[in-house]
Amino acid sequence: MPRIVRFLAWRLLQAIPIIVGIAVFNFMLLQLAPGDAADVLAGEAGGATPEYMAELKARFGLDQPLPVQLGKYLWNVARLDLGYSFRHNMPVIDLILSRLPATLMLMVAAIALALGLGVLLGVTAARHVNRPLDTVISVCALLAYATPIFWIGLMMILLFSVQLGWLPSSGMRTIGAELTGGAYALDVTRHLVLPAAALSLFFMALYTRLMRASMLEVYSLDYVTTARAKGLTERKIAFKHVLRNALLPMVTMLGLQIGSMLGGSVLVETVFGWPGLGRLAFEAVFQRDNNLLLGVLLLSSLLVVVVNIAVDLLYARLDPRIEMS
Amino acid sequence: MKEFLRRFARNKAAVAGVAILIVVAGMALSAPWLYPDSPWDMVTEPFLLPGADAAHPLGSDMMGRDLAAGIFHGARVSLVIGIVATLVALTVGISLGAIAGYYGGWVDNVLMRLTELFQTIPAFIFAIVLVAIFQPTVTSIVLAIGAVSWPPIARLTRGEFLTLRNREFVQACITIGMGDLRIIALHILPNALAPIIVTGSLMVATAILTEAGLAFLGLGDPNVMSWGTIIGAGREVLRTAAYVTTIPGIAILLTVLALNLVGEGLNDALNPKLKNR
Repeated sequence: MPRIVRFLAWRLLQAIPIIVGIAVFNFMLLQLAPGDAADVLAGEAGGATPEYMAELKARFGLDQPLPVQLGKYLWNVARLDLGYSFRHNMPVIDLILSRLPATLMLMVAAIALALGLGVLLGVTAARHVNRPLDTVISVCALLAYATPIFWIGLMMILLFSVQLGWLPSSGMRTIGAELTGGAYALDVTRHLVLPAAALSLFFMALYTRLMRASMLEVYSLDYVTTARAKGLTERKIAFKHVLRNALLPMVTMLGLQIGSMLGGSVLVETVFGWPGLGRLAFEAVFQRDNNLLLGVLLLSSLLVVVVNIAVDLLYARLDPRIEMS
Repeated sequence: MKEFLRRFARNKAAVAGVAILIVVAGMALSAPWLYPDSPWDMVTEPFLLPGADAAHPLGSDMMGRDLAAGIFHGARVSLVIGIVATLVALTVGISLGAIAGYYGGWVDNVLMRLTELFQTIPAFIFAIVLVAIFQPTVTSIVLAIGAVSWPPIARLTRGEFLTLRNREFVQACITIGMGDLRIIALHILPNALAPIIVTGSLMVATAILTEAGLAFLGLGDPNVMSWGTIIGAGREVLRTAAYVTTIPGIAILLTVLALNLVGEGLNDALNPKLKNR
């Protein structure tokens, strides 16, 4: 598949200025942040002599002119060296990579939920347009669209953990339980249900509304009338003919919403104590660990770039009219 | 205008949205008069249940603070931050979008690359970083939300300007030697305003949600009472006094819902051709 490879190479090439831009931007934010690494270390030690401060600054290269520091920073970012977290006593990149899988798991589960149920509800609403079922679905979507993500998470804890006792309210696994294999997977899944549901709700509402509108738009096209005229059942028309074309805008939306979902995961991970990237960002804020905080910002931006390239590939696959050039 | 109001009034959900917004605005305006004391003051016993004491209809939290006072003062904070942050985003977005769309060429290229850059960085995490670096104050929160919200406005404005720029009335303005600024501000912008107003009204809702999220994480201005702050504090007593968390959440939900309804109503009234989809 050389065409796909060429397309991928072209998209990666296009992404380079964006990635460099984000890195430069991150560097500027680091400069704006009060206190540098030397100040932090001196503060940790409970004060330092001016000579020691100067030595520290020299060691971190903070005494050099800004363009030189920027060049060094970009070189470091290119090698995925995002600096050192003095709070956690480990390199920022290692910290982020250790928390990334939990966030990815949460996001994949939330996207699957939001997309699956959103498409199903949107199709159902469109097939019953302006009838009671459509009204019920549309009103629920409207409410879910306006609900603060962290608040619905707390309400879910209240109902499903405190009142009913069905699901655990925090963490990723039962502490102290030495589980393996299937039992371990089940344990993690049980912990995943509430955070994934809370994170997906807003996006599910969004996809439901979008899918409904998209279905109605496709329904008005001539080829659907043709399908009706040749006597196909409504079910077959909806799922075989309309759904396929109505799905395309959803794929675009997925790429656009990935950054927003990463933001939502900060709130959800904080509510449910989910040990991912978002919680790391939250901890970094309160430990005044700017290196770590900006590392999370940089890496989540990179994630957005990568997902968008993947979405473009998927789009080209789904819609042969799109040229991969 | 009359025609617009008639079309808007036909959308009952949008009218309900306006009604809710009037109530919320009334709460915001009457807060300093109904609850002149700081909403942070301890005024009664802690954990007073809602409805138990007529003087404090929504009860009190774990510190004996009146929840009704918090909700009223919180309405002020939410509305002010939501509206001002949106105005900031509109100012930046319209300016950049107008310049990019009007001048085109390399200016357009550079500005759109910048917009793309801002759209790639996850907005909420970016807002957290900005507020954390500049310390949480009402000003820094407003500027941070504005800074992460302008890209869609810039894209929208640019698109409108690109199509309007080649219309005859604009060409006529150029021919008679009118200045660029005057053409942009007085002739093209008024014609591009309808979709910008709709997006702006929906953006207030997003800004309120963002502010609530920041305050919930502890990144609210420590000097003002915000709905998100109450939820963040109420979270500690979720198991014993859930109403401290529930009540401000409903306040946010209703306000955001109302703004979304009004935004959709405006959209239908301003673009009558798109209705009845």
